Amino acid sequence: MAYQQYLLVCGGTACTSGQSLELAANLEKGIEAAGLSERVQVVRTGCLGFCEKGPIVKVLPEGTFYVCVKPEDAAEIVKEHVVKGRVVPRLLYDEKQAKTLVGEENIPFYQKQFRIVLRNCGVIDPEKIEDYVARDGYKALEKVLFEMKPEDVVDEILKSGLRGRGGAGFPTGRKWQFAAAQPKGQKYMVCNADEGDPGAYMDRSTLEGDPHSVLEAMTIAGYAIGASKGFIYIRAEYPLAIHRLEVAIKQARELGLLGDDILGSGFSFDIELRFGAGAFVCGEETALLQSIEGNRGMPRPRPPFPAVKGLWGRPTVINNVETLANIPVIIMKGWQWFSGIGTETTKGTKVFALTGKVNNSGLIEVPMGTTLREIIFEIGGGIRNGHRFKAAQTGGPSGGIIPPQFLDTPIDYESLAKIGSIMGSGGLIVMDETDCVVDIAKFYLDFTVDESCGKCAPCRIGGRKLLNYLKKITDGRGTEQDIKDMEAICDAMNKASLCGLGQTASNPVKSTLRYFMDEYLEHVNERKCRAGKCAKLVRYSIDPEKCKGCTMCARKCPAGAISGTVRQPHSIDQTKCVKCGACESTCKFGAISHG
Amino acid sequence: MAKLTLEALRKMRNETQQAMSMRDSSKKDVQVIVGMGTCGIAAGAKDAFGAIVDAIASKGLTNVLVRQTGCMGLCHSEPTVEVVAPDMPAVIYGNVNADVAREIVETHVIGRKLLDGHICDRPSVDIIANK
Repeated sequence: MAYQQYLLVCGGTACTSGQSLELAANLEKGIEAAGLSERVQVVRTGCLGFCEKGPIVKVLPEGTFYVCVKPEDAAEIVKEHVVKGRVVPRLLYDEKQAKTLVGEENIPFYQKQFRIVLRNCGVIDPEKIEDYVARDGYKALEKVLFEMKPEDVVDEILKSGLRGRGGAGFPTGRKWQFAAAQPKGQKYMVCNADEGDPGAYMDRSTLEGDPHSVLEAMTIAGYAIGASKGFIYIRAEYPLAIHRLEVAIKQARELGLLGDDILGSGFSFDIELRFGAGAFVCGEETALLQSIEGNRGMPRPRPPFPAVKGLWGRPTVINNVETLANIPVIIMKGWQWFSGIGTETTKGTKVFALTGKVNNSGLIEVPMGTTLREIIFEIGGGIRNGHRFKAAQTGGPSGGIIPPQFLDTPIDYESLAKIGSIMGSGGLIVMDETDCVVDIAKFYLDFTVDESCGKCAPCRIGGRKLLNYLKKITDGRGTEQDIKDMEAICDAMNKASLCGLGQTASNPVKSTLRYFMDEYLEHVNERKCRAGKCAKLVRYSIDPEKCKGCTMCARKCPAGAISGTVRQPHSIDQTKCVKCGACESTCKFGAISHG
Repeated sequence: MAKLTLEALRKMRNETQQAMSMRDSSKKDVQVIVGMGTCGIAAGAKDAFGAIVDAIASKGLTNVLVRQTGCMGLCHSEPTVEVVAPDMPAVIYGNVNADVAREIVETHVIGRKLLDGHICDRPSVDIIANK
């Protein structure tokens, strides 16, 4: 006999320190006293997120979400909710929940996520076309082929307000419109799956979890613009995504959902895969087209835009994986539905790969207009190990850093651009006070210098110069003049580079200079790195007053730099110290510090 | 396989949807779903998958379907496993190594109790099911 109700009590670190285990025990006692042990199970869970509002109790199957529950609240939950079936409003995350419990739509208000792109990820078996079809897969294609003219399809996407999720945010419908308006003849539909930002894995996960949604969307796009051939440009470093795409394409061909005369509609479309060797620049659309043609991947000036003159000189639409995964849903649910989600300028949702110093890293999808605070502190469960939030980095090497004062900015293309970052493809890296912003800027410049194709001088030379200055500063040899020179180089690269990669490569430097100038000045004037990241600027020392001579640090030190006798203050040999910080984190008496 | 016509595609959709809702038609009323994206596999999803299949075989269970899916989005708790059993809420377990996988079969599938310490919250509502 199964239970009829389950009380899930969060057993994550934050909640257990908030006495969630006592709470669980009290709930169990209360249920036993009420004679309901056979009917209700109390379960301790892993972290449920929302650590800010812990301890959390979730009641299944109804999905009631209680926050800030104390051990003494157990009696009331048992008496009211379990026995009488009435919610306890004062403990709800959102009191509106109380109404929805009886209503037909049980939408959990505490949930910040909304999944359009990831609707099938983690639900269907990606290698079974039947699973996709059962979840309304290829229904949008049916509708398009049999009920809509190509211009209606373009119009629908245009009205939905969908914008390119690759980062730049160009309206997808406009792109389609340009290509559709070109004279009839060979046209191409290309899917850009060359995801290359450090810390980004949204597209890989989408392709691995739901490959058919991209195939269906490309076929719809092909119909809309009059293309009969599609290419997916994917990096060879994604073997599982490639395998699942290959399986999906084979299944779709066998069933006649790709190939000649799809579903007997007279429309023909087929898709081929093209593998990239992992060059970052090949994510830039003109370089990507070069690479598909078999040439060295280098950008060319635009115009002509690919929608006019693309692959082999023919009109070509290039859309990113995430953009495409939205298309079938927009067609099925209509542009009105889609444009009702998001902000004034940016409709729909955005998938983020949430990583860094956050408790619950994850692949998340939120409506546009969600704030960074909601993403980091509610979905992400806050900063790891009780550290403080210092900044978030969005948009990878083309993006910028967002300081704490903008935590409440609703995220869309415009608001992020205004504060000096970009939406980018969706990498979102969270940093705490142990991260050094100069070091972060150096990391990204190191990446873009490595990945610059070398065609234009501002990017090739400017990037190298910037990196040299950053190295100089982190080595403790920088001057204030260096900072001024860097600002000038940033401007020059931004204005004069040929492609998006070069134009935005200086963004990590620009935005860190904008918000963390004091830390740059500390590096050059005081030769100090407050985060303790820039090894050459850090000096660890032992306070002889506080040191008890326990020898823990000496045993932990990998370089054998700490010496001293038992119960006597120890000391660090600076010539041997490798600045790893192991001693500081080991010391129980707070005797070791860095400066 | 023959090429589908419009009608055949619609028929296929209906039949698969029905097959999914009428779970006992195939005598398999429990589904154990393992998240097998690159991330899950890197974190050990194949070990969990193997342990589940072995446990089901050694207990002689014939009503359980084990299948794979993509990333559930809970990177902080990979590998992840969802269990869908009749009259029980569908739940996602996180940090499922081979031992936890065996416990899931033991406690949830056979014992019909939720397993302590490993449940994760489902990230969002399903827009396809909620149409």
